[in-house]
Amino acid sequence: MPSVKFIAHDGTESEVHVAAGTNVMHAAVDNGVRGILADCGGACSCATCHCYVDEAWQERIGSPDEVEEQMLDFVMELQPNSRLSCQIVVDDSLDGLVIRLPASQI
Amino acid sequence: MSNAHAVIVGASHAAAQLSVGLRQSGWEGGISVVGSEAIPPYHRPPLSKDYLGGDKHADELLIRPAAFYQQQDINLVLGTRVTALDRANKEIELHDGARIPYTKLALTTGAAVRKLPLTGSDLDGVLYLRELSDVDRIRGYLGAGKSAVIIGGGYIGLETAASLRKQGMNVTVLEAQPRVLQRVTAPEVSAFYSRVHREEGVNIMTEAQVQAISGEGRVQGVTLSDGTHIDADLVIIGVGVIPATELAETAGLEVDNGIVVDEYARTSDHDIVAAGDCTNHYSAIYDRRLRLESVQNATDQAKLAAGTLCGKLEAYNALPWFWSDQYDLKLQIAGLSQGFDRVVMRGDSESGRSFAAFYFSGERLLAVDAVNRPKEFMSVRRALTQGQSADPEVLADDSADIKQAFST
Repeated sequence: MPSVKFIAHDGTESEVHVAAGTNVMHAAVDNGVRGILADCGGACSCATCHCYVDEAWQERIGSPDEVEEQMLDFVMELQPNSRLSCQIVVDDSLDGLVIRLPASQI
Repeated sequence: MSNAHAVIVGASHAAAQLSVGLRQSGWEGGISVVGSEAIPPYHRPPLSKDYLGGDKHADELLIRPAAFYQQQDINLVLGTRVTALDRANKEIELHDGARIPYTKLALTTGAAVRKLPLTGSDLDGVLYLRELSDVDRIRGYLGAGKSAVIIGGGYIGLETAASLRKQGMNVTVLEAQPRVLQRVTAPEVSAFYSRVHREEGVNIMTEAQVQAISGEGRVQGVTLSDGTHIDADLVIIGVGVIPATELAETAGLEVDNGIVVDEYARTSDHDIVAAGDCTNHYSAIYDRRLRLESVQNATDQAKLAAGTLCGKLEAYNALPWFWSDQYDLKLQIAGLSQGFDRVVMRGDSESGRSFAAFYFSGERLLAVDAVNRPKEFMSVRRALTQGQSADPEVLADDSADIKQAFST
């Protein structure tokens, strides 16, 4: 099972293992990683699962689609590596993925 | 570890949030969540969409996996109905007669489908859609080329129609009012959804009064009051919900179109909070009492209710928002449009599949229905949360930057 490391805004790290096919939002919520709200449950409708993809992984993760990009335009502290975590699916090629979390979702 | 025990009745979306919220707010006592369904709290919106379409497994709907509650020392008591609330002794009674004492109680009982007392509604193949088990049953009647009749042209009916069309079924939607979504949207938005559903091959019939559902043992069709008969292998009734307030009412709590709560989610008994679809609460943004059927309200009110039970009072003032996915249409709604006297359209709703309808009362922006327009949705969500209105002229000009409309 691929692992995902979350680094909270205060530097706290948590590493979780998830089944391939799980999205990064679920990886956080299912394992009690705080800092991701995910109010809409992954429908790309609420923009409360904002995260930053670690620079080393940015290229492999790719860019957001148009809907996600428009939603991202309204998150707090937007950065070039901002993504909505419900839209990133973890597969074996992403084993070891590093995700940083913002100070606040809203 | 304290001896205090928080009991949450109804294993709903609000319950999941409230139980986790209690731990996050520092509740050290026991927490029990009691619910009649056999599985932990799950996301309901996908029921009429991905789950009905078979694109999602039940496990994927869970708000948190069962193991998570264990880790948080939250006791899930599933497959269990609560039959009475005894406020004098601070206990709840279960269907098997067992009693559970509580220090603090939360009612997150949600809503139940409104039943239609139609002739033939007890036939095999006539179903409602609210719980996971309802959809599991519905899935037994699906199949390309088969015919489904959906009674009710609200969001549930239309989402269901879209899911069934995707499976190659012949779908008819019967709406009693002159237009679909009449209760919740402007005529322009209703016309848009009727057009798209027709383009997708759905037979939409408005002002359709159902007289009876016919069949022998198993459903065969629906007859309208004008004599029209429509064949059906499956009939799904989606005509709204009613708040599940019976327990509260019997226990003497104040109930008026939902369990009446104050801005801290407290019922008329301050050891009992309530959150989600079952509540009637005051909205400062709209200056009236509301009963909302939404994930947003379930989540936000439950968070606040958890704080209240831990002695951290914070007044509820969240902006309502909603979404509905049908075909390639992503509808996002911010605010409540009820009471509007003007609609400003951005983009073309008469052709194409992307536009936004902004609702105004006088100068005041009330809400937006945004179809495949996340930017418009997010802009209005932010503006309404901050108490801003918007410039209708900029909104109506699709070539203008939406952000300019809110710059004043």
